[in-house]
This record gives sequence, structure tokens and C-alpha cells, in this order.
Amino acid sequence: MRTYLQFLWRCFRLSFVGDRRYYAWMFVLTAFVLLGIHAYSRQLMQGLCTTGMTDQVSWGFYIANFTFLVGMAAAAVMLVIPVYIFKNRELHHLVIFGELFAVAAIVMAMLFVTVDLGRPERFHHLLMKFNFPTSMLTWDVLVLNGYLLLNLHICGYLVYCAYRKRQPGKVFYIPFVFVAIVWAISIHTVTAFLYSGLGGRPFWNSAVVAPRFLASAFSAGPAFLILTLTVLGRFTSYPVAPRAFMTLRVVVAVALSINMFLLGSEAFTEFYTDSAHGASAEYLFLGLHGRWALVPWIWAAVALNMIALVLLYLPVSRNLKVLQAACVMLIVGIWIEKGMGMIVPAFVPTPLGEIVEYLPTLNETLVTLGIWAGGLLIYTILVRVTVPVLEGRLTYDQSFAAATEGVGPVSLPTPESH
Amino acid sequence: MSNLRIHEGPATPGPDVSRRSFLRTGAAAVSGMAALAAALSPLRELITNPTISVDQFLQKHYREMSPNEMEAALGRIRAKVEERYKVRPHVRDVKAMDGVEFAYALNLSRCIGCRKCVHACVAENNQSRSPEIQYIRVLEMPRGTMDVEKGNHHYDRPKVPDAAHFYLPVQCHQCANPPCVKVCPVEATWQEPDGITVIDYDWCIGCRYCEAACPYWARRFNFAEPSVASEQINPNMAYLSNRPRDRGVMEKCHFCLHRTREGRMPACLEICPTGARKFGNVLDPASEVFEIIKTKRVFVLKEEVGTLPRFFYYFDERYPNALDPEALAIGERLRREEGELFGAAPGRGGPDLGADMGAVAGATPVRWDGGRA
Repeated sequence: MRTYLQFLWRCFRLSFVGDRRYYAWMFVLTAFVLLGIHAYSRQLMQGLCTTGMTDQVSWGFYIANFTFLVGMAAAAVMLVIPVYIFKNRELHHLVIFGELFAVAAIVMAMLFVTVDLGRPERFHHLLMKFNFPTSMLTWDVLVLNGYLLLNLHICGYLVYCAYRKRQPGKVFYIPFVFVAIVWAISIHTVTAFLYSGLGGRPFWNSAVVAPRFLASAFSAGPAFLILTLTVLGRFTSYPVAPRAFMTLRVVVAVALSINMFLLGSEAFTEFYTDSAHGASAEYLFLGLHGRWALVPWIWAAVALNMIALVLLYLPVSRNLKVLQAACVMLIVGIWIEKGMGMIVPAFVPTPLGEIVEYLPTLNETLVTLGIWAGGLLIYTILVRVTVPVLEGRLTYDQSFAAATEGVGPVSLPTPESH
Repeated sequence: MSNLRIHEGPATPGPDVSRRSFLRTGAAAVSGMAALAAALSPLRELITNPTISVDQFLQKHYREMSPNEMEAALGRIRAKVEERYKVRPHVRDVKAMDGVEFAYALNLSRCIGCRKCVHACVAENNQSRSPEIQYIRVLEMPRGTMDVEKGNHHYDRPKVPDAAHFYLPVQCHQCANPPCVKVCPVEATWQEPDGITVIDYDWCIGCRYCEAACPYWARRFNFAEPSVASEQINPNMAYLSNRPRDRGVMEKCHFCLHRTREGRMPACLEICPTGARKFGNVLDPASEVFEIIKTKRVFVLKEEVGTLPRFFYYFDERYPNALDPEALAIGERLRREEGELFGAAPGRGGPDLGADMGAVAGATPVRWDGGRA
């Protein structure tokens, strides 16, 4: 127990140690977190009128980011499956960084739901009157928390074993890894059902929403991990095999192809049928009655995804620079497509045919940036302490100083997905 | 324990460095705390003016409160209203009546789109005036379509009705299969035995899932602190209906349950100058709504979504709105022809559905229970 507390304390101390670039990165993130806290404090005092949301468009930027991040969290399985099912060697020692990202992404997703609440101080009502299994939101609460615990356990156990220089006992984590694979798919499926189960919103009321969510997540998530591993390889001594990137490249390309196919199927059904149900899709892709706020965004997303798709299938993306560029493009493309492109059009027009457009306010944007910065802060710290432990530089029988000697810092790129 | 000393940067021994690093750590910690305090500064108001009491925080769900706890909750509401609006309210918890299931019927041939119902509702139910919250939305529809997307929500005419349009008022349909109730994660909204879907404003967490789920756009959210002038407050209040709401919670039409559960009519019906609105107990075969649903070709909005509304619409050209001479002539002819064919007035012993033809605002309010309650 004492050793475990010492382990936690050392991890805490280690997160404050790094070189100039590490401090600069952490300083910027902290600044955004503080700006976000300030903006959220204002929202708490004045109400959600500080956001661009209205009775017409009653969910916006927060829920859009929530949806995107649940997918990013689920995408960790795209490292787990190759390693634990197909026994892939190059990814074996990298899979933990996917699981750590899942932890950070789930925390961000939960924060986004929390800031969207009108009465966050009544959160305990959820524990006292839990409308399970009727409300899909209660399912979401269960699966997200479960997934967070699963990943915390798997990562925590493996890292602590390395710290204690012990061989991890398979019984203590392998079963959890396999549960987590199914669980990851469930979190994004449940989140899709949250929307697709509403008969009053024809734009969401489609069976293809859940498969689309999974496909887009399984391309954006591994794409983000490609960028993370790039940073890891560049700024730390941690070994990242080039072949790992090529494995992930295939995953991203296949998932993105499926996503584009499903998006096309959706668009065909809406536009060829040409019924009143297609009004939201029309608003999104073409504009409706002279309102077209989302049109440039969705076409930008389609263009980014298409270019990324072509690049990924060409041999040119064996070049890591090209691969990274394609990843950035598709992350941005999917963030638009399944964030604002999925949430907002369902509210335009309203069920009574009114058209009110939505634009996030500055305050709302600051809260959003704050949560993203907070999530990246968590991920940076997790990676920063995990690397020396896995490399055997921070163990229970060495002094703390050994962990910080002669080591490059761990750092991350700016949040491209933003 | 020696390895637990804090090292900042490269671990070089020496008292000077350690003092410097201590000062640096201290300065970083202090400026960090200052920055956090600055970030939290908007919350200062909470210290001087706490918006929520411990009792309110610990208040139970409506359906789990004992009579004593309900009395305490009503007392808190009274105190709050008195403090905020300087009005002494009459706050009760009005329960559903046995053997009553409410239904609403609206004769679209009579509605003239005057929006008097909208404003009567706002006044009766203490809705926020700024920002404006209204439970009823009247659509001006071109004749020949029921597609709400072709309707105009913001028509502004010097005179209604317009001959080329009809008017479609929409409010909560009090569905028998309500999607809003299904999705609420905390059971803050539910269907009462008399069919009214209500909200416990003190239980709602403000996630707005119900607002996304409603196919009739009947739910409203308090994005800002609701504001009503003291002189506009309606002091006749009930826990589940028109007591003042807080910021951050949902609200919606509740068929004026503080009136209707005592046999009176909803405010929107009472004000209607054309008699387009009909309300009553659908379980009572002698009631007007029973007669209408039985004999008229009633319909509901968006039947395909399976919500089973208790709000019915119908066109009855025999009793059109009194302001449209052309429609009046048609109604006259239809009634004459029917009389020639069947030799009897419509209704066949039921209530005379044309009795309040030409009713005007301010006419004696009727009770749905015929004064029995």
C-alpha cells in the first residue's frame, strides 16, 4: 500500500518535470483550462443563455464534441484488436497509449455532458432516480463510466507492474482487455442509439447512425494515435516502429472507406426519396429556404475526407509526412461531419417547421477549448509518467531522480482535431 | 524517504539551488492559485447571494415526498415567491381526480389565429416575459396543406384571419405514449393518471433530452433566469403547474392542471373568442370532447410517430369562425342540407356543439364538469 502511494506521489511529481518545450506546452494548456473554467463560471451564474443554443436548436457544440469524443475513446480498440486478437508485434508495446487516450477522451466526453446540463448541482438525482433501462442516457452513463474504469484498471495495472518490476498476471488484465473490446463498441453504439431512437427527429431516426458512428470513430481514433505516436517517437526515447504506422494506416483507410460508403448511403436515401423527411439533410448539404450556415462546413468535411481517403490508398502515404497530413485532414473532416454535421441539422427545421440557425458563442467556445485543453493535459501527464515507467527508469527500487535524468520530455502537438 | 525530496529540473546538490528551486516552486504555486481564483471569480456572487438552500438541495422527488415534506416544499415556494415578487401566493399540490382523463379538441374551421390563447397562457402560468417563453405556437398555414414546414410562425397582420390561410395552434399534446417521458434520465417528467404529462421543476437536471425527443416542439427550457413583473404574477399556483420556475429547467403546457383538476377550463380555452377550443373528460360519455371525438372526423398531428396524442384537431365547416362571411355562408348551407337529409340537429342528444357560436371574449367561463365538482 505504501509503495502504491509512493508510486502515485512520484507520478504526480514527475508530471511537473520536463524541459522548456514541455513547460511551454503545459503552460498553454493550463491557460486554456483556466479560460475555460472562467467561461464555465460565467455560464453557471447566468445560465445556458451564454451559449448559442435556443429552444429551437437545443443541443449544440457541447453535445457535438461529446459525440466525437465518445468515438475517439472507443477507437482505442483499433490498437487492442490487432495486438490481442491478431498478435501484431509492432503495436504490442504501443497499445497502452491508445488505452490512455481512451481515458482522457472519456473524461472529456463526460465533461462535455456536464457543462451542457442546466442544473449540474442536481447530478445526484441521477443516482436516486435512475430511469434505467428506459432512457438511453442512463445506458450511456453506465457504459461510459464502465469503460473509464476498465481502461483505468488495464493501464494502471500494467504500469504499476512495470514500476514494481513484476510480470503482469494475465488473469488480472487479459479478461478485462477482451471485455473492453466489446465495451468500446457498446459505448459508441449506445451513444448512437441516444439519437437514432427519437422518432420525432427524422434526421437521426436512421438505423445507419450506429454503424456510421463506429466507422468514423475507427478512422479518426487511429489517425489521432498515428499523430500521438509520431510525437512519442520524436520527443522520447520510446521505440516506435515505422511498421506500426503502416498497420494503423490500413486500419484508418478501411474504416474511412466504410464511413464514406455509409454517409453516401444515407445521402442517397434522403435525396432520392426526396420526402419531407429529407429537410434536415437538405439544410445540411444544400441549404433550406435561403439558410445555409452548415453548407460550407459539411462540404469542407466531405472534401477533407475524400482527399484523405485518396492519399491513404496511394503509395505516397507510406511517407510519414503525407500520412500525418492525411490524418489531420480526416480528423478535422470527421469532427465536422459527426459533430456539428450530425447534431445541429436534426434541429433544423424544428418539428414544427421553423428554421432557426445555430452558432456557438465565444463563451461556449472557450468552455469547449478549456475541456479539450484539459483532456490533452491529462493525456500528456499520463503519457509523461508512463514512458519512464515502461522503460524501467522509474521503479520502486530506484531513486526518483533516476527517472528524470538525461531524458527528453514527453510532449504532444497542438490539438489538430480542433 | 530521502528520495521523496522535491527536485525541480536537473538534480544538482547545493543549498543555494534548493532554496532557489523552493522559491520558484512557491512562486509557481502562488501564481497558479491566483490564476485559478481569477478564473473562478464569476462565482463570487454565490457567496453573497446563495441561490439554493440545503433543504431545497435535499428535497425528494415529487412522488416520494411525504405529506409533511410536500408541505415544507410548498412553504419554501411561498417564501421564495413572497421574497422575489412581494406577492402572497396560494400554492397547492393539486392531485389528479379519479375517473378523469383529459382530452382537448380544436376546431380549425373556427380558429382565427388571434393568438389570444398564447398570451392568456403566459399570464395564467407565470411564464418568463424576458426571455419570452410561450407554450402555444400558432402557425399560419396556406390552405390546401398540412405540412408544417409551409406554415408561418411569425405572421404579423393588422387583421386576422387572412382568407388564404387557416390557423394551426400547437401546444403539448399530452401524449398517451410520450417520448419525452421515455428519454428523461432522472424521471423528472411523467404522465399523471389523468393523462397530463408533468415536470417536477425541482428534480429536472436540464439535459434537454426531452426537448430533443418531442415531435411537437412543445417543451421549453429556461436558458436564462425567468423574469415576470410582480404585478403580473398569478398567485393561484400549484407545485406541478404554474409556480415560478428556476433557470436551467424544462417547462411546458400542463392543461392548466391547477384549474382543470378543480373542474374549470384551461386559460387558453376560456379566452378563445371563437369557441374553437373544447376540453373535458374523455371518460365521460356526456362530455363535449367525447361527443366530438366520437362524431367528428378528428385527427392528430404526426400520427405516424406513434405518440397517441390527447390533443385532437378537426375541421367543422358547419361551425366556422364568425369573422369570415364566406365561411359562414358555407356553414349555413351545410347545416340546412344536413337538416333536410337527416331531419335532426347534429349531436343526436349529445351537447350542442354549435351552442357557443359567436362567443366573445369575456363570456361566462364554462366548467368542463358542468359545475358538478
